[in-house]
Amino acid sequence: MSEAVNLKARAKAYKENTKDIKKRIIVCAGTGCIAGGALKVIDKFEEVIKARGLSVAMTINKHEDGYQVSGSGCQGFCQMGPVVTIHPDKIMYCKVTPADVEEILEESVLKDNIIDRLVYTQKTTGKSYPKKEEMPFFKNQTHLVLKKVGDIDPTDINEYIALGGYAQAEKAAKMRPEEICSLMMDSGLKGRGGAGFPTGRKWDFARMSKGDKKYIICNGDEGDPGAFMDSAVMEGNPHSIIEGMMIAAMAIGADEGYVYVRAEYPLAVKRIRAAVKAAQEAGILGDSMFGSDKAFDITVMEGAGAFVCGEETALIASVEGKRGMPSPKPPFPSDRGLFGKPTVINNVETLSTIPVIFEMGTDEYKKIGTAAAAGTKNFSLTGHVANTGLIEVPFGETLRTIVYNIAGGVTEENGELSPDGFKAVQIGGPSGGCLTQEHLDMPLDYEHLKAIGAMVGSGGMVVMNQKTCIVEIARYFMEFTQNESCGKCVVCREGTKQMLDILTDITQGRATMEQLDLLEELAGVVQKASLCGLGKSAPNPVLSTLKYFRDEYVEHIEGKRCPTGQCAALRSYSIDASKCIGCGACARKCPADAISGEKKKPHVIDAGKCIKCGACKEACKFGAVLR
Amino acid sequence: MQNILAFEKAGQIIEKYEYNQAKLIPILQEIQDEYRYLPEELMVYVATMLGTTSSHVYGVASFYSHFTLKLKGKYVVKICDGTACHVKKSMHLLDAVRKHLKLTEGQNTTPDLLFTVETVACLGTCGRAPAMTVNGEVFGLLTDETAVAVIKDIQEKEQANHE
Repeated sequence: MSEAVNLKARAKAYKENTKDIKKRIIVCAGTGCIAGGALKVIDKFEEVIKARGLSVAMTINKHEDGYQVSGSGCQGFCQMGPVVTIHPDKIMYCKVTPADVEEILEESVLKDNIIDRLVYTQKTTGKSYPKKEEMPFFKNQTHLVLKKVGDIDPTDINEYIALGGYAQAEKAAKMRPEEICSLMMDSGLKGRGGAGFPTGRKWDFARMSKGDKKYIICNGDEGDPGAFMDSAVMEGNPHSIIEGMMIAAMAIGADEGYVYVRAEYPLAVKRIRAAVKAAQEAGILGDSMFGSDKAFDITVMEGAGAFVCGEETALIASVEGKRGMPSPKPPFPSDRGLFGKPTVINNVETLSTIPVIFEMGTDEYKKIGTAAAAGTKNFSLTGHVANTGLIEVPFGETLRTIVYNIAGGVTEENGELSPDGFKAVQIGGPSGGCLTQEHLDMPLDYEHLKAIGAMVGSGGMVVMNQKTCIVEIARYFMEFTQNESCGKCVVCREGTKQMLDILTDITQGRATMEQLDLLEELAGVVQKASLCGLGKSAPNPVLSTLKYFRDEYVEHIEGKRCPTGQCAALRSYSIDASKCIGCGACARKCPADAISGEKKKPHVIDAGKCIKCGACKEACKFGAVLR
Repeated sequence: MQNILAFEKAGQIIEKYEYNQAKLIPILQEIQDEYRYLPEELMVYVATMLGTTSSHVYGVASFYSHFTLKLKGKYVVKICDGTACHVKKSMHLLDAVRKHLKLTEGQNTTPDLLFTVETVACLGTCGRAPAMTVNGEVFGLLTDETAVAVIKDIQEKEQANHE
């Protein structure tokens, strides 16, 4: 048996090793910023500091007294990436390239000057914000789960320990399982993966289930398109997930755990694998948790590309080496789960919240959020907004604050602000619904969203401007769920197919009003009769867009016109004779030979031949082609 | 001779997982990493070694989109069609890249086996939409031109290596 880990000694050693570091440069190394070239920025910092004969620490293994350069998980401000934060003053620079590094070192690391051109400037007010905590994007958020994600080095277990990490699991090791469960029930924490089931109750069921073996599974199969909250936590603070799993294991009496990570997240897989290995080497995972008689170890498994595996029974089938198809409940996994044994499956964000609750205490935790939904929720904020990124807000926050104060307002296609541009927000991905102007001041929590036919879901939030065709969005989500329907139950397999066909007909101008009625009828059937959550929630985007944007559907069907001009098949092109000079540029570009006319005389488009590609509109220098 | 060598690698992978049927997915993943796809003979081999049916192995391999039963190009280009990328016109990127590589309808791999072009549900790079990956390397905030430029760079590099 390995020796119990001494957390205090490790924390002390880390603090000792880092106490003389003059400044720390933290470069965001989340997937988004890496795509923007963040790794080259890190290398450049190392290079230029060394070139000046100064000492630079990339990892902390011994006492350091120079400068520290580290990568972090997602700092949240993805649109402006790669972002660099300089501690202790927390100066944040945006869109940093290797060419800026020399200047940053000279001005802001060796001296205390601010480089104005790299500072974030809010478009609406023109005001600049050099300090991270003063930026409207961060000021309006409440960071609990994301607190460490953007700061710590996710590859260094000692930094996590120095900030109090694993101390909560050590505390839990001295508690009785029923005590842990009742603490969780008291906290009011609900599952963050979509369904919102109280975590404490889930644990308590599994605790009471009889079994010689029990399992904990971390669901990191975040499949909703447009959502990346869990990937950010796995990349940025993987040890918090392990600590959450350890506490869950003690609560139910499990000795084995799995982390199931989506294969499309290679960086998350790498970071969580490395974190598990570090925790095993430190003696935190293994035969004995903190000297107790409780063993716990974790295996990391990569998914293989199936959205339905986010559903817990399908995920279990996948871990067992089978096709990821869901099975009817009951029996619930807490009775008969992985390999037939009692199993708890929690989402990444839920698990990462657990050490936070233990540290704060339930009373403090419950002060955040609303009475029915305690705590905070991560959202990935994307689409037509000025600042896309990863955010964490308390439950009960309004959409208005999120869209206008945090995200900085709605934008046009070209990125320019569009003050009256707000049309809708799609929340909860393909299982969720849309929120419109009238919901801007509604508090966001489980109950309010459910009441209007949407759901918190995993937390994807896509903002759409006035130029987005809502029918096309509904069709897009239906295409996604249709593709991902596993095919086990007929209503989901065939129902989503028929719904997709009708939606395609609508966007192509072939549908009739009877088909619209059929679409609604089908939606009701699929919602009621599907086996699992995928099918049950698949009609949500259709139903909620129909509720708020029925006019747009009708316009597509009866008017054969897409009000936003996005549906290619419903466009019609014509030439404004008063503007056309007869240069023939459009006719030469037309792939269908649909444009004819004499030289220097106005041309015409033959609607019968036109394939609506828009090449003529692009070719015309005089704005004579009308859509 | 080459065939025996080919099976040997797969054998080592199966041995590493102790012939455990529950490890079928990681086994297939490692085999695919090694061979770039899952040839039919290998799936039959895996089934025999694990003591299961080849229909079970084929069922699993064809269920998950990550597995491929056909040989792919040296560079796999995945264009993201997640919600965020979709509303930022990622399908125009797809058209531009496919057109540049002269891929015809129903064809996803170039005849020289250099490129395979696919779409993917969401890469989690939504903050920098629209995005694509080339063999796992992520490119974000793309336009039709910059996406094609990425492909052109690879083509030039390949050309240079060839000469």
